[in-house]
Amino acid sequence: MRVNFTVNGRQQEADDVWEGESLLYVLRERMGLPGSKNACEQGECGSCTVRLDGVPVCACLVAAGQVEGREVVTVEGLADFAKQRSCGTGGCGTSLQDSQHWDAKGTDSQTGEGTELSPIQQAFIDAGAVQCGFCTPGLLVAADEMLERNPNPSDADIREALSGNLCRCTGYEKIMDAVRLAAARQSEAV
Amino acid sequence: MDFLRPASWEEALAAKAEHPTAVPIAGGTDVMVEINFDHRRPEYLLDLNRIGDLSEWEVGEESVRLGASVPYTKIMENLRAELPGLALASHTVASPQIRNRGGVGGNLGTASPAGDAHPALLAAGAEVEVESVRGSRLIPIDAFYTGVKRNALAADELIRAVHVKKADGPQQFSKVGTRNAMVIAVCAFGLALHPGTRTVRTGIGSAAPTPVRAKAAEEFLNAALEEGGFWDNGKIVTPSVAKQFADLCSAACNPIDDVRGTASYRRHAVGVMARRTLTWTWESYRGTRRTTEGAA
Repeated sequence: MRVNFTVNGRQQEADDVWEGESLLYVLRERMGLPGSKNACEQGECGSCTVRLDGVPVCACLVAAGQVEGREVVTVEGLADFAKQRSCGTGGCGTSLQDSQHWDAKGTDSQTGEGTELSPIQQAFIDAGAVQCGFCTPGLLVAADEMLERNPNPSDADIREALSGNLCRCTGYEKIMDAVRLAAARQSEAV
Repeated sequence: MDFLRPASWEEALAAKAEHPTAVPIAGGTDVMVEINFDHRRPEYLLDLNRIGDLSEWEVGEESVRLGASVPYTKIMENLRAELPGLALASHTVASPQIRNRGGVGGNLGTASPAGDAHPALLAAGAEVEVESVRGSRLIPIDAFYTGVKRNALAADELIRAVHVKKADGPQQFSKVGTRNAMVIAVCAFGLALHPGTRTVRTGIGSAAPTPVRAKAAEEFLNAALEEGGFWDNGKIVTPSVAKQFADLCSAACNPIDDVRGTASYRRHAVGVMARRTLTWTWESYRGTRRTTEGAA
């Protein structure tokens, strides 16, 4: 079947989608957007977290056919999404091609210099919240959504918001630091 | 596999009548797991996401009519006062991502004994509104669960809403698991005080083939509270009464040993949760009484 939906602000179309296929599969295998990670396929790990009509969901548990006509934001579009949110303009989204070629390397992969990053992505780099990086995209999408909803989160709020995202490397402390840092920078900017 | 996308409730009923084997999918948090793991290959998937009514709720005089697809997040945010037991239970469901998609209709459709909503629905008192092209009916929650992952739905019926009685007293929910998030209940317990009718209702999850009420325990407690004049004098529930209630709740279980826990642990834990939730709700009831009296 064919599915039409918006990915990172642009209208996209996926063809020959199997009826039992997940949104995650469509994003990764049909649209070339492997940022959303495939791990547990049962909603336990959160590494495939994307926003569906603004709400964080596990892309592995959304049937592809269910996103017809709806809006999806993936980690590849997060920088642009955050930019539009901060300047309040409608913008024009991120093209599939740009999404596919987006990477966090820039001119210096250690500091994120030379790349357009969302504040939460920059905070993860600055706080050293990334080790193997597999859980990072899901955490970024979940954390970014929480900061949008709750600009001054308590530690309990952060833990609650990220409770559906597993990280097996960091012990979460650096991730907590990163989200606190992003929240602090966000409130300074206002 | 065919993917059916009805745009209205009537179309969904017609599709279900035409294809009784069609598997309804709303939040997808149960169905997609089965498909991803190749445990299930339904001939038809019946997507209910396009039917807006299913995600709405109405607060009436006596009860809340909760659309089958209202996500747990919305229940937590909007119905804490009306349905405190269900709101507490909703908060223990998996993770934010899952609570944003899953709803009570799916919990009822799957009818797993471990579903988090069941103890709260049993304790509050609820009716499941189901419909087919043949007509609509209300199934009392006590008659809804018919076996392990089985319910009273006919092949052509869909769950439209659940009517849950608005709380007329304190309600509590308790759940045992290895951590707070992402936990399937080892066992769970819901308790609701109904001062209006001077009754107590319970719900036990994951400790019998289906979610069940501890009816003997309820009858015992109702009689003990009445006899001691507790509803009027607002005294502390006597420890011996609480203990007897807890023991009867344990006795209402019919659990199994499995990877999450043993039968004897479940029986024990249900007793502990019964005593605790009784204490919490009763203390809250006494507190409210004192406040009302103080204000009068």
